Amino acid sequence: MKIPLSYSFRNLWTRRLTTILTASGIALVVFVFASILMLSEGLRKALVDTGSYDNVVIIRKGSDSEVQSGVERIQASIVETQPEVAIGADGKRLLAKELVVLISLPKRGTDKPSNVVIRGTSESSLPLRPQVKLVEGRLPRAGSSEILAGRSIAKRFKGGGLGETIRFGMRDWTVVGIFDAGNTGFSSEIWGDVDQLMSVFRRPAYSSVIFKLRDPSGFEKFKARVESDPRLTVEADRETVYYAKQSEMMAKFIRILGLSLTMIFSLGAIIGAMITMYSAVANRTAEIGTMRALGFRRRDILFAFMVESLLLSFTGGCAGLFFSSFMQLLTISTMNFQTFSELAFTFALTFEIFYKALLFSLIMGFIGGVLPAARASRMNIVEALREG
Amino acid sequence: MQLLKLIYKNAFRHKLRTFLTIAGISIAILSFGLLRTVISAWYVGVEASSANRLVTRNSISLIFPLPISYKDKIRQIDGVTNVSYGNWFGGIYIDEKNFFANFAVEPESYLKLYPEYVLPPDQKAAFLRDRKGFFAGRKLAEKYNWKLGDTVVLKGTIFPGEWDFVLRAIYKGRDKNIDETQFIFHWDYLNETMKKIAPLRADQVGFYMISIKNPALAADVSVAVDKTFKNSLAETLTETEKAFQLSFISMSEAIVIAIQMVSFVVIIIIMAVMANTMAMSARERFGEYAVFKTLGFGGAYIAGLIFGESLFITSIGCILGIILTFPAAQAFGSAMSQFFPVFNVSVKTIYLDIASSLVVGITAAIIPSYRAVSIRIADGLRRIG
Repeated sequence: MKIPLSYSFRNLWTRRLTTILTASGIALVVFVFASILMLSEGLRKALVDTGSYDNVVIIRKGSDSEVQSGVERIQASIVETQPEVAIGADGKRLLAKELVVLISLPKRGTDKPSNVVIRGTSESSLPLRPQVKLVEGRLPRAGSSEILAGRSIAKRFKGGGLGETIRFGMRDWTVVGIFDAGNTGFSSEIWGDVDQLMSVFRRPAYSSVIFKLRDPSGFEKFKARVESDPRLTVEADRETVYYAKQSEMMAKFIRILGLSLTMIFSLGAIIGAMITMYSAVANRTAEIGTMRALGFRRRDILFAFMVESLLLSFTGGCAGLFFSSFMQLLTISTMNFQTFSELAFTFALTFEIFYKALLFSLIMGFIGGVLPAARASRMNIVEALREG
Repeated sequence: MQLLKLIYKNAFRHKLRTFLTIAGISIAILSFGLLRTVISAWYVGVEASSANRLVTRNSISLIFPLPISYKDKIRQIDGVTNVSYGNWFGGIYIDEKNFFANFAVEPESYLKLYPEYVLPPDQKAAFLRDRKGFFAGRKLAEKYNWKLGDTVVLKGTIFPGEWDFVLRAIYKGRDKNIDETQFIFHWDYLNETMKKIAPLRADQVGFYMISIKNPALAADVSVAVDKTFKNSLAETLTETEKAFQLSFISMSEAIVIAIQMVSFVVIIIIMAVMANTMAMSARERFGEYAVFKTLGFGGAYIAGLIFGESLFITSIGCILGIILTFPAAQAFGSAMSQFFPVFNVSVKTIYLDIASSLVVGITAAIIPSYRAVSIRIADGLRRIG
């Protein structure tokens, strides 16, 4: 014989104000918890999806990022002739020698400058990155002052829109196309002709060489050979690994901040749930006594109050998740501390975060409810009945 | 007097609930204080910058260098009293995890320009003599346990190779908000080495630091400097040191805004917890309030009881939270020292703590007071729990 669930339900309903206040406290905590998880997930997606597993990035030994790196023309040509480089459908090698520099551009609306990546690209650059797609306009003509802008550049920076011009390196550059790269880091880049950009920025060397592996499993052998080649001073990484390394600091920052916040907040929410449940028990001494007199056992009482607490926190958890799902509409644009350049990413809600957040709210409800429920079940029948 | 006694007695009628509420509030105040401190740590570079200094960099972006020949041209501009120059070195000590700022600068003029770095005179002389020497902040030297005369090797990222330096001096900050985790060495060492390994990249500096006669000249001097190099291969952008530091922060503004929003959410959470407690207490005592009214006490007295109790509980929680903020900031600051070299709880944060707990205490009492005052005596006496 169990106490009907409706008893717990209707109790919450009777004390609406208290229920709403406690549940909204829990909802806020779950909201923050879910948002932080979504943020780090979005960051991970933006940086890891930027790379493809069977692409290799080659930069100068000891440099952390393409911006700091310099690969001399002769070294780039040596890499180009390696047997691991894949051949495209047109018989050309799927390899791009690229230049990466940062320029500071003013944002639309605020005029505040931010650092933007300009990538000098060659014709293989697009096929090497299947996630980058031209969505408006056309591709720039080789050898001209025409550029492509990523979608988030077009939206957020002055002169980044189709047909507009950006001035740098003593020249005006016309944006002739907009490309979309989903939520990856490429969306915050500007692409132009590598030879033009090298002469404008007076760079005698490329920044990096990117190519597709003919056989994805051949990477280790290639890496060992290239890094021990006396003619080369380069290091090779899979593109996925390269981009994950770039965001280590940012990810660590969000992780530490998120953990500290969540820990402190959940303590607060558990206390809130405890206060509510304790007072619920105190207010219902007579009811508990009556139920015990009717023959319900201690464990039924315990169970009924636990259910009530879990219901309360679950309601809060659902509300928190509901509101945090709207965070997906937001784009955070910030500076990546490591590469020093603009990085835009969104909040990403995954199924894992969904159930983690709900589980988290239930755990809070459990911890908050277990002591009051135990107190309720240990009450002495006679004394409890006298209270009312 | 009678009222105060009643408030005190009422507050501790439900010992457990009051204790839990106080704990909840102190936790919230603690997290609010921490978040505020994070934000102020973000702006520490701006706080520490002087109005008498300008920074000149390449107008394309910071990663492009400027020729060393600009130094004398800048020196000739009216209002300029001193020029120093340097490069962001960006070297790695053993592992990328050990991040700290490291610069190559022209030492004599740099130390004149930045009097806030206090070096003992004998160490300063030793540093200036040794071209492989460097000086480091007190915190940095303590963290890696460097002693004077130790050799430290940095792996270059922007400037390739393994670079070895000798610790010749340790500086202390003149004020509390000076970053004591920097690593600064001779620009000549960098330049002579670059001449050997990459002659094209020699004689280039990352930024010029300019001191001016008085802050009022900042705009004129900035314009004059930029005009001098207009239409050259390396155009410049000159701004006050504050603006220069702010430009870094504005790039990561999104995070600051997010943290600010979260700290407001914290306040709302405490409000919810507190309002909850007050609503319960008032509901339990409606019968008593009706008795008060029967005896002839006015609504103000009853409202005073509820407000007093609410403020009493919040202020205890607030005091506890403020006390706890300091050790917590210490722990958090050392975990995040890589991001926040300076992490101090400011007086402003404490004032904000107090203000927000007052607001919470008052807001939480409004609805219960209104109900208690407006309830009719007969209803109040009839009402149960």
